[in-house]
Amino acid sequence: MGTLWLGTRKGLFALRADARRRTWKLAGPQFLGHIIHHVVQDPRAPRTMLMAAKTGHLGPTVFRSGDRGRTWREAAQPPAFRKAADGEPPRAVERVFWLTPGHAREPGVWYAGSTPAGLFRSADGGERWEPVAGFNDHPMRSKWVLNGTPDGEFVHSILVDPRDPRHLYIGISVGGVFESTDGGADWTALNEGVAADFLPDPSAPFGHDPHCIAQHPAKPDRLYQQNHCGIYRLDRPGRRWQRIGAAMPKKIGDVGFPIVLHPADPDTAWVLPMDGQTVWPRTSVGGKPAVYRTRDAGSSWQRLDRGLPRTQAWFTVLRQAMCSDGHARTGLYFGTTGGDVWASTNAGDSWRCLARHLPEIYSVTHAS
Amino acid sequence: MGCTVRIASPLQSYTAGAARIDGRGNTLAEVLGDLEQRFPGIRFRMIDEQGRIRPHMRLFVNTDEARDLAAAVRGGDTVHVICALSGG
Repeated sequence: MGTLWLGTRKGLFALRADARRRTWKLAGPQFLGHIIHHVVQDPRAPRTMLMAAKTGHLGPTVFRSGDRGRTWREAAQPPAFRKAADGEPPRAVERVFWLTPGHAREPGVWYAGSTPAGLFRSADGGERWEPVAGFNDHPMRSKWVLNGTPDGEFVHSILVDPRDPRHLYIGISVGGVFESTDGGADWTALNEGVAADFLPDPSAPFGHDPHCIAQHPAKPDRLYQQNHCGIYRLDRPGRRWQRIGAAMPKKIGDVGFPIVLHPADPDTAWVLPMDGQTVWPRTSVGGKPAVYRTRDAGSSWQRLDRGLPRTQAWFTVLRQAMCSDGHARTGLYFGTTGGDVWASTNAGDSWRCLARHLPEIYSVTHAS
Repeated sequence: MGCTVRIASPLQSYTAGAARIDGRGNTLAEVLGDLEQRFPGIRFRMIDEQGRIRPHMRLFVNTDEARDLAAAVRGGDTVHVICALSGG
């Protein structure tokens, strides 16, 4: 019934389920010691998977599998910025952070997001990558992106409209949400209504910190966003995000990293709140982890913590580390920075631990 | 010019496990270019797209650390590729 691919700070692992999702077997590690930021199956060619990796020493790259992750081969030309012109600040990809398959009508196309904030495209299934000049060399890029933070800023949540391969969204942490309607040749900011409490001008058109953006596959005009400053929904063609996190309990708040959508119901989404007070612990609030679910597009939220630790559990769940499967009774999965994997096969109503003591988990993705 | 290149363990997946290989070139850039021809992908893991040595890599020609790829390599020299990483 599918595989959970676990990208960790120290290698690649897989959890494989039986048909009823009751028994899970842990396999791996592959690439022991490698830093795995994202592992993504190609929905257009399910035997194909791409993986964003580097090591502590070695530069960033992409690996490709044509046999569902059994064997991997490195890209011939990994994502890289163009050579800097004289007098131009030189940019080098520090990590490939995010991978997104292209549109169904563009079978070989993939996108990658990097630190520092860069967007890259492959037209041959991830073998050769080219910079997307329309973003990387956009005259506004240096203003959009908060450059030079120690861990770097990065491009994530690359979304391809299922109705139109030229309609793209990206998130930049820190920078904001940006939209292109011409295949990446030009971009505009899409941050109206989103709080940016940390900016000198909180009403600025960009400079925001989206942590994760999701587009509903069955209703592509509906976007959700888990931001550094709240949870939001945007129904296009509108341009103003609504803070649906305002309906979260005040003592929990609406800060977090991931947001996961129901595969069929555009009104249902899950978040995993974290503590964003004072010095930003970014752990589960009060050491009591809980998932919150909305079934009415964010008008109300329900706490889901059955089976999760009741106390002294200081989870952090990163933005790529929570996902759903395509099952009729939605399976939800998340991995923690403490190396545990948790699962629910009843849409979040109850949880159980599938694996412990893994390295810090960066990415949890489901593959058929 | 012929030289010897010592390959640190993180890069030996490119050299089929070899820790010491024969190299060719009059500069580090040429030696690395020759390596790339024979072991595709190895150069980008050491050198970024702007031609800079990556932060956790160190290149030595014999006992002298090279700060850039213009460093001269002479016949019989040994080029050391060293990986320097701290933390857990």
